[in-house]
Amino acid sequence: MSTKAADVVVIGAGIVGAACAWEFAREGMSVTLIDSGAPGGGATAAGMGHVAVMDDSEPQFALTRYSQQLWREIVDELPDDCEYETCGTLWIAADDEELAEVRRKQQAYTRRGIDAEVLDAAALARAEPNLRSGLAGALRVPGDLVVFPPCVARWLIAGATECGAQVRLGTAAVEISDRGVRLADDSLLPAGAIINATGHGAERLTPGLSLQPRKGHLAITDRYPGFIHHELIELGYLKSAAAVGTDSAAMNVQPRITGQMLIGSSRQTGQESTDVDMAILGRMLRRAMEYLPALARVSTIRTWTGFRAATADKLPLIGRCSSGQRSSQGRLYLATGHEGLGITMAPGTARLLVDAVMGRESAIPPEPYLPARLEKGDSA
Amino acid sequence: MSRQVTVAVNGKSVSVPAGSTAAVAVAAVGLSQFRTSVDGEPRGPLCGMGICFECRVTINGRAHRRSCQTVCTAGMEICTDGP
Repeated sequence: MSTKAADVVVIGAGIVGAACAWEFAREGMSVTLIDSGAPGGGATAAGMGHVAVMDDSEPQFALTRYSQQLWREIVDELPDDCEYETCGTLWIAADDEELAEVRRKQQAYTRRGIDAEVLDAAALARAEPNLRSGLAGALRVPGDLVVFPPCVARWLIAGATECGAQVRLGTAAVEISDRGVRLADDSLLPAGAIINATGHGAERLTPGLSLQPRKGHLAITDRYPGFIHHELIELGYLKSAAAVGTDSAAMNVQPRITGQMLIGSSRQTGQESTDVDMAILGRMLRRAMEYLPALARVSTIRTWTGFRAATADKLPLIGRCSSGQRSSQGRLYLATGHEGLGITMAPGTARLLVDAVMGRESAIPPEPYLPARLEKGDSA
Repeated sequence: MSRQVTVAVNGKSVSVPAGSTAAVAVAAVGLSQFRTSVDGEPRGPLCGMGICFECRVTINGRAHRRSCQTVCTAGMEICTDGP
């Protein structure tokens, strides 16, 4: 029996793959979305769901801003279980040196049209009374929002299905070949275009991507409504997130609409076990308590881990994959390598890929994210 | 006669035998609803041994304390969130 080729086969039903399936299906293309497990069961379920504009680099800024605009177009349609809330972000400056960086960031954000204001020490204390005294101030970015990513992934998949997409869960892809995607049962899914959106495991299907899994821990508390009002992140988080090869923990605490708080964040390389590591968890929680001393009186109800897919230049891999060209005849596209920004960047990633596959111009320049920049010379 | 400890449950003073848990004090003022579940249902002590977390109350301003695991001390302020 021959299977009719789908226009697009998306491998990986995390939030990135789900967003891709939705966008391609909305364009009227025939889409098959496959995943070896449940939708949003990987990094999507492990992350905080913070949708933030970030300015580590110009391309990072462009894609996070574009994606946040796309998020705003869908948030009002999201069901309640997606727990959408625009709580804003406070980037906390502990000392005058960090406050100088806050001022620089404020100018960089406002220059590019993103609302951002500097809070001095008194204003910060008024905004977040549970923060310790003696902090220098903060950058308030009021437009940043939070969601519950696994439910968003499910909603996106439902939307894709309404547009005719086929969804095959519990179906593992084992090989991407010139004929399509070969599945674990040895059947073949013929495809016009193939999207590898399998997160940190993307190299199992597409070797040579040099993705580095970065393990993270999170804890969630019981319900303490009003304990904090914004997502609170120490400015030093940016250094922590940028550091490669060393374990790091930085204060990143997020209020949920349930009154619960997510407490992060840690980064570890060279880890394979999904087990909670008490040493780094303890370091992470102590760091959070240094900023929010009253957290010591709060009950944590669950801790877990996940793996971010990190690239060498801290930008995702979005677009046609040339290293797999011979075996997949140029039909293979990547959507991975988002590190800690997969939730934020999912909608923009999907749009960039739709544009690439359909040969359209994108709203932002796609070049900085093209996989070719990091591919090794032996493009076999 | 055993020594008594006086605590306040929702502002109402009550004396219980020394060594009693906060759950005893709440029951002693005639309340069976210790807290309200997320779905609005009444909740109270179930396991009595610190496992089920159904008997949580606010004790001295600290939320989500297990009343069955907290021994009353003089002047303790216990608050339920039930009617």
